[in-house]
Amino acid sequence: MSLVFAGVCSHAPGITGRAERADPQARDALYAAFDRMRQAIDDAKPDAIMIVSAEHFANFFMNNMPAYAIGMADYYEGPIEDEDWLKIKRRRIPGNADLSRRLISHVMNDIDVAYAEEWKFDHGIMVPLNFLTPRYDIDVIPANINCQGPPLTPLHRAYEFGRAIRRACDQMPERIALIGAGGISHWPATPNSGKINENWDREFLDRFIRNSRDEMISYSDAETYRDGGQGGFEIRTFLTVSGATEGAKGEVWYYQPIPIFAVGCTIAVMNIP
Amino acid sequence: MSLYYVQKLLFQLNRDPALQKQFQEDSGAVLQEYDLTEEERLALTKPDVGELYIMGVNGQLLMHFAAFQGYNWDQYIKAMKDALIVHGNVKSGLYASLDGGAGGAV
Repeated sequence: MSLVFAGVCSHAPGITGRAERADPQARDALYAAFDRMRQAIDDAKPDAIMIVSAEHFANFFMNNMPAYAIGMADYYEGPIEDEDWLKIKRRRIPGNADLSRRLISHVMNDIDVAYAEEWKFDHGIMVPLNFLTPRYDIDVIPANINCQGPPLTPLHRAYEFGRAIRRACDQMPERIALIGAGGISHWPATPNSGKINENWDREFLDRFIRNSRDEMISYSDAETYRDGGQGGFEIRTFLTVSGATEGAKGEVWYYQPIPIFAVGCTIAVMNIP
Repeated sequence: MSLYYVQKLLFQLNRDPALQKQFQEDSGAVLQEYDLTEEERLALTKPDVGELYIMGVNGQLLMHFAAFQGYNWDQYIKAMKDALIVHGNVKSGLYASLDGGAGGAV
């Protein structure tokens, strides 16, 4: 079939782990936006959800760091974090090795992606799944972009990764939903955790919903680090969704800085033509 | 500095409950397996999350090591802020502080 849904969301661990410390109104509105996205995914009737995230040294380390990786297993496990810390129960998550293998084979025409037959999900994938597939009843295809350990893949390649994913999805009989999961500006796991550059975020989101490739790939890593913090490198996950929905426009369903969650919490979707 | 091996240890600790148990029972035996300086060994043994932060340990690795060592969220942020006052800013990596940690949620 093809790509039947595409969107982006935040994945910060505080969203679940420190839920009780947030402003209740902002938190509940975020949760409602996640639920709206869950419903939209459900309405699209996908056979699988591909989630492109930026993991945090849960599986991929600096001894052998892929720029891009896609999971290729029939099941995964997560969260890797302490259950009480993240407030998400550890469990097995269904995958689809056959679909993964076919997707990866197509993506490899354009991107030298690594594959992983074993993958422990961290908050980068588990927080979105907690809201978007709360019954864990749909196959998940995890993908990772290295946003932690430089040198990082250039932004234009993250966009190309999305285009390659789209071409691959278009060849599959299955219906696939694509989620990019990451932050815009944020300084997580530093004493500045909770600092958010709202103006920078809103400018980025404006470029994102217009799917303005050239404007989105124009940020240098030095500019992103200065204006968006080290967490800002995760815009690569958004760019992959942009590449997968080239020509489409989007909508921001929720954006609100929630400092105790350490990120400008975001839910946005692209309207696939 | 052998920051890479400090981080490799934390990477492996975060993934492996059996190694966590071993570390809790005899951290010295676990640390022997890694190429560490005496300063790094001490910071890991105490543990001194603030000093590890200043050394440049990746924040995502350190965040979970702190939780594993019993730091709650506010204690973890405070340990880093206190270390900034004592040692100055982070020596390496991407997780340096801005303005002494100002503007955060804690």
